[in-house]
Amino acid sequence: MTRYFLRRLAQGLLAVWFIATATFFGMHAVPGDPLSSDRATTEKIRANLESKYGLDKPLPAQYLIYMGNLVQGDFGISFTQENRSVNDIIRDHFPVSATLGILAVIFAGLGGILWGALTALFRNRLPDTIIMFLVILGISVPSFVVAALSQLMLVRLNDTVGMSVLPVGGWGSVAHMIVPALVLGLSTMAYLTRLMRSSMLEIVNADYIKTAHAKGLPAGQIFVNHQLRNAVLPVVTVLGPAIASITTGGFVVEIVFAIPGLGRYFVQAIQQLDYTVIMGTTIFYGAFLVFMVILVDLVYGLIDPRVRVE
Amino acid sequence: MHETITETHSTAPSNKAVFSQLRRYFLYAFIAVGVLMFVLDYLASSVGSDTQEARAVDFETQSIAIAIAEEPPQLNSSLATDAVSGMVLGHIMEGLLRMGVDDQLEAGIAERWEVTPETATFWLRKDARWSDGEPITAKDFLFAWQTALDPDNASEYAFLLYAIKNAEAINQGNLPLTDLGVRIPDPHTLVVELERPVPFFDKMVVFPTFLPIRQDFYEATGGRFGADAKDLLYSGPFVMASWVHGSSLLLQKNPYYWDKDRIRLNEINVAYITSDVNARINFFKDERIAFTGLQAENLIDAMRQKWPIKRYQDGTVFFLEFNHREDRLSENLNFRRALQSVLDMEELVYKVTKLPGYRPGESLFPTFLMGVEKSFRQEYPATKIPVDYAQARAYLAQAKEELGLAEWPEFVLLCGDNPISNIQSEWVQGALKKHLGLTLKIDKQIFKQRLAKMTAGDFDLVLAGWGPDYNDPLTFGDLFASWNLNNRGRYASPEMDRLIAVAQNASTPQSRMEAFAGIQQLIIDDAVILPMYERGLTYVLHPKLKGVKRRVIGADTDFTNAYVER
Repeated sequence: MTRYFLRRLAQGLLAVWFIATATFFGMHAVPGDPLSSDRATTEKIRANLESKYGLDKPLPAQYLIYMGNLVQGDFGISFTQENRSVNDIIRDHFPVSATLGILAVIFAGLGGILWGALTALFRNRLPDTIIMFLVILGISVPSFVVAALSQLMLVRLNDTVGMSVLPVGGWGSVAHMIVPALVLGLSTMAYLTRLMRSSMLEIVNADYIKTAHAKGLPAGQIFVNHQLRNAVLPVVTVLGPAIASITTGGFVVEIVFAIPGLGRYFVQAIQQLDYTVIMGTTIFYGAFLVFMVILVDLVYGLIDPRVRVE
Repeated sequence: MHETITETHSTAPSNKAVFSQLRRYFLYAFIAVGVLMFVLDYLASSVGSDTQEARAVDFETQSIAIAIAEEPPQLNSSLATDAVSGMVLGHIMEGLLRMGVDDQLEAGIAERWEVTPETATFWLRKDARWSDGEPITAKDFLFAWQTALDPDNASEYAFLLYAIKNAEAINQGNLPLTDLGVRIPDPHTLVVELERPVPFFDKMVVFPTFLPIRQDFYEATGGRFGADAKDLLYSGPFVMASWVHGSSLLLQKNPYYWDKDRIRLNEINVAYITSDVNARINFFKDERIAFTGLQAENLIDAMRQKWPIKRYQDGTVFFLEFNHREDRLSENLNFRRALQSVLDMEELVYKVTKLPGYRPGESLFPTFLMGVEKSFRQEYPATKIPVDYAQARAYLAQAKEELGLAEWPEFVLLCGDNPISNIQSEWVQGALKKHLGLTLKIDKQIFKQRLAKMTAGDFDLVLAGWGPDYNDPLTFGDLFASWNLNNRGRYASPEMDRLIAVAQNASTPQSRMEAFAGIQQLIIDDAVILPMYERGLTYVLHPKLKGVKRRVIGADTDFTNAYVER
């Protein structure tokens, strides 16, 4: 088990190194650089700026310096927010994204399992059709539409009630999180519902279910202990990457609801070619994703003894 | 629902029993989520700010809440270049002079001033204090300007200080900082020696780069000056009480501000930071913020809400710039004239973009600029080139002959990657195809990449824009000088350089304005650029919020004179 874990960790580190290297050279290959601005600068100023950020050195040298700093956990200083280090940006804003992301995943997971179980129970009948219709909507309507619509609905709701039922945006209390987390988790919830439904239906005729019925177990117990537990496995598999993608993909929701998360820095950095922030956030998110996948593999073993690695 | 076993699904469990199990299961789940929310609530209050209290306006406390589009990138005034930082700095800092509500210069930290061809002298008021109670002295200005000019700090706006003697040489690293032409005969007098006569020097000192910085404080921050609320010392009407990055800023009345009786607001809560216009409008609707900008698609909604819609021109001019480098076909004058006769900017503004407040482009100089007595554009109206397709085709045929071409190749139109640029570039593409048979390839690039391609000359035509830095036509007038690095189309003509030199050095306003009129005409005659439009902005204010000032130069939007009505 430990050896397996270590091997996976080594593979993960290799993957992160690859992500870092590819991003580094890809980013520098893009025309333009973070120092170019609306007002042209004289050569002298430009040279000073370049040396301040180490951009005057040849690219391979820059790469080695960057990697050296990276190993020491130093992501450098942002080009656009010149007084903030990338470490500060991640430290300040990742907890916000993570909080929102985890809540979204919980909503998505619970909702997905519940709706999935219901559709399986009512397969090919009206509740199934209605839920599956909503699922298709949830998967196909992009999050910026859902986010904007739900925000508008909140405004209407507060207006109708005449007081602030839920805040329209901002950050600070759990009331601020509920709607953004639901919006953020919506497409994952829809996806999990479908997954749950198909895996429920797949095992409904399995031998062990028949056996359970034959030995006279109550139907409810069979459903929850045998069917649900086995059907939930594929859901757990996708949950790990889902946590990573939800936590990192909150850009739109963060902008619409004015939430100070890391997602917007991630996207804005690319638009502004802020080299250090692009590198910092990409590596951080990359490592996070890789780690989540490893974690899921380990958790998988706990849930399903059949895949336990010796 | 009551059948336990059906024939077709022999293993289907009883729905009723399943429901009771599921109910129990989800009851636990929801209790767990509830507990988790409590934990999150506690955690969130420690990482973010509590914006739940944001109220658009409050008469009792004279406080307002607003939203801004992005986090201020740089509040170190010697390095700041962007509008959001400029807006915040305009509230927390005051320089020698400031722009009043009537767009005239007003005394700030300096109570009076005098500009002669050789020097500019500022007499500082004795009661001006920093937010820690220390007096603001002439030394604080000298230090700020030296900081901006220090080549090691690489301030992008250092060039604004070049009017000061030796400033350019210092910025180029050729002279030490101490050689800056500023004398301090006593702590409250600042004498600036000018490199050349700059009659509008007093208008320039309004710019953030000229704001004071106190040396001991600056050095104590250890390179983090302006990074956080505690890393700033304030000279303006407000101090920043808190700054939660990416989330909110809280500005409170500065008790040490010399003119504090003028300030009626106690608090400006920048409660939200988001670039989404629609989100900001939702905050406005929900009475969370007192002010927001509008876009074309929001206008109908705004009218339906019966909001009083306000508009103004922000002085930014957008134009189609040609690549004048010698190896380019766009270097041919007749080719440029052909385009000049084809593109109808009134059609663009009134029928295509249809954005409120936009004004069809006629000149490089926007309408707000002052001439000798009236507005520059009133005194010197720009020549209008009539739209004439036959004439355009004649120009184009002539160009083809001069260039010895059999067929016109494809041209590259470089533009930004945003909805407005898309509409405009497609309009240009369509018009040139329809009337001249020219094929245009649209090259959409994000801002930095568009700049890089412009600087490298990798385009035939580019959609570009220019906004003013100070309140004098020169801020636009020198744009197409052969030496100007912002002249990315590399237009070069001795006549242009001569006129610009006159505009820079002539001492009477009359002769300067005539030089600007000459520049305006030359740009049209030579088809250096094709002015497309002057940008307009629309916005809405909370009906109880009064005294808000929008301006072209200086801190926009300005709430320093604002107050809440009962």
